Amino acid sequence: MAFEKDFNLDATELRLGLPGTSEESEKQASTTLRISNKRAMTDMNEDSSVAADKKCDQETAPPTKAQVVGWPPIRSYRKNSLQTKKTEAETCGMYVKVSMDGAPYLRKIDLKMYKGYPELLKALEDMFKFKVGKYSEREGYNGSEFVPTYEDKDGDLMLVGDVPWGMFINSCKRLRIMKGSEARGLRCVV
Amino acid sequence: MMNYFPDEVLEHVFDFITCHKDRNSVSLVCKSWHRIERYSRRRVFIGNCYSISPERLIARFPGVKSLTLKGKPHFADFNLVPYDWGGFVYPWIKVLAETGIGLEELRLKRMVVSDESLELISKTFVNFQSLVLVSCDGFSADGLAAIAANCRFLRELDLQENEVDDHRGHWLSCFPESCTSLVSLNFACLKGEVNLGALERLVSRSPNLKSLRLNRSVPLDTLQKLLMRAPQLVDLGIGSYVHDPSSEASNKLKHAIQRCKSIMSLSGFLEVAPRCMSAIYPICGNLTTLNLSYAPGIHGNKLTKLIQHCRKLQRLWILDCIGDKGLGVVASTCKELQELRVFPSDPFGAGNDAVTEEGLVLVSAGCPKLNSLLYFCQQMTNAALITVAKNCPNFIRFRLCILDPVRPDPVTNQPLDEGFGAIVQSCKRLKRLSLSGLLTDQVFLYIGMYAEQLEMLSIAFAADSDKGMLYVLNGCKKLRKLEIRDCPFGNAALLEDVGKYETMRSLWMSSCEVTLGGCKTVAEMMPSLNVEIINESDQTEFNLDDGQKVDKMYLYRTLVGHRKDAPESVWIL
Repeated sequence: MAFEKDFNLDATELRLGLPGTSEESEKQASTTLRISNKRAMTDMNEDSSVAADKKCDQETAPPTKAQVVGWPPIRSYRKNSLQTKKTEAETCGMYVKVSMDGAPYLRKIDLKMYKGYPELLKALEDMFKFKVGKYSEREGYNGSEFVPTYEDKDGDLMLVGDVPWGMFINSCKRLRIMKGSEARGLRCVV
Repeated sequence: MMNYFPDEVLEHVFDFITCHKDRNSVSLVCKSWHRIERYSRRRVFIGNCYSISPERLIARFPGVKSLTLKGKPHFADFNLVPYDWGGFVYPWIKVLAETGIGLEELRLKRMVVSDESLELISKTFVNFQSLVLVSCDGFSADGLAAIAANCRFLRELDLQENEVDDHRGHWLSCFPESCTSLVSLNFACLKGEVNLGALERLVSRSPNLKSLRLNRSVPLDTLQKLLMRAPQLVDLGIGSYVHDPSSEASNKLKHAIQRCKSIMSLSGFLEVAPRCMSAIYPICGNLTTLNLSYAPGIHGNKLTKLIQHCRKLQRLWILDCIGDKGLGVVASTCKELQELRVFPSDPFGAGNDAVTEEGLVLVSAGCPKLNSLLYFCQQMTNAALITVAKNCPNFIRFRLCILDPVRPDPVTNQPLDEGFGAIVQSCKRLKRLSLSGLLTDQVFLYIGMYAEQLEMLSIAFAADSDKGMLYVLNGCKKLRKLEIRDCPFGNAALLEDVGKYETMRSLWMSSCEVTLGGCKTVAEMMPSLNVEIINESDQTEFNLDDGQKVDKMYLYRTLVGHRKDAPESVWIL
């Protein structure tokens, strides 16, 4: 709309940072990395999926201090290899839907945020206000009518906690907190 | 006395002298020794491919069988040199091929290797046995396919940290069924998939295979099969190491690994599930070399548990996520340790897991045989360096990189002059030194005074004045390679003793105070040097003002004058 030009909307804009600083000058200060080596550019962007993830990484990563060309002195090959690993490890979250039987709507959580089952279960308990029972390999979860389950890559409904954590987060497609009689049915499976 | 022996006797004696430096010395004794030595030399080392031409190489050493060539300056590793700067191996191969040299071994570092070169090698040299490429680029899987297909007696194909364009993995299938001579196969740096069946068959028919380093695409079940077929392996590089520790696959792997009683060197783990490391424990007791620097997935107590099994370790390459505590475990376990390299796992990050001076001090106290160090750390103190110098007087290589390049001693806020001074004073056999942290001219005074054996020195963001560089040039008589970036050294230092540069392999100076005029003067005074100005800015013409500061200068001694293959960004004065 024409009249918007007359308003100094910048002054009233809500943003992070001290008053008087602008986003542009901060961006300039933090990207002094001169990539004058064309080869390095193509190497770093050779994998399109890596490039897409890197973009996301840059948007969410905290501002790093000014980078100096060629410092620290690490071989490009090693640096690129670390970069790839980092990007793979930090791909923008591993969000899965979480449903609870009887709840009106689903939630989403990022599995990458948790280091293991105890943390995940605690987060679920907090989110949905329930308590899981005690886990044992033989009997599953004892002592609660709520049982955490998940759907794996094959579409099967599995009990949370049976496989190593790494394997779990790679195969878990969605979580479901079962309740009541259905849950008991699952627990009976030896 | 030796002059009365027939040539054959002298030749036989010279056969025992393998080190090229010693052979160079032998050839300087007298004319007849020079003659005998040159005809009998089989292995030639050329540290700078532009210092000599292939024609002159062959003229002097017509019997050459093994050639080692290095191309780009060291700082090319850190993106400071344009990718098209040079270092092409093709002209060398072409001349060797045309003159009928029976090349058997080629070792290249930081060179541009085209597929054409590889094809020419594979089709020309019938007895070609060994190809070692380190930090090279310019080739693809097609070139590797030619080597595999045509080199009938290939023993060694060793690819280390190369940038290879290999989207197709067919090259491995190109080894013919008749190829049974492989001793060493390292393709860990390749990113593409390989034909797993072809790999298994190749390993099965290679009874002499001692070294096998796989890339990431090789899964665990293939690894297990390969180990079953090659229990004689001495050096193993694991690609992918992801499995469920309670599964049958894991048990089979454990069994396969335990059969490999000769493995002394272990590396890789390019993809790893740390829970599974226990399968490796049975062979850890024999390991002398362990490289986990590409395995960020192993850290914390899984890492320390692994190291606690490695009591015979002599060489350890690790990431800084080991932490100071982890280095303490190394110190108490690895009493035979000679070489330690600690790489940063997060070079630009906050460095929460990084190591500090504490870790280094622990290792120096626990590992008295330590003689080679590469250490990336968050901080360093003078006190720590002084302690390390006292504990380990045997350092031959000492490379310290503090991630913040001008960081002072955090305890005293002083420069690190005294610490490094202690190192050079104590380590009388020091040949290679890399400095970092806040440093004044004083550290260079110490280096010039004490580092009598120093051959290579790397300096960054240091010194106050020309005096720093002068101390080094005047003091270090054995200096061969000097590389400097971002230091206030100008023409006065550069021009003080230009003759010195003829005694050295090369000098690199970037982001210093030397001007175009200064560089021109060196070039004029020393026709035996090539003085290269590298200018990567967008300017289409070089600014011809002599007072202009030079961004990057690389000079090196040469017997063959200006090279003809420089790109536009390089100006040879």
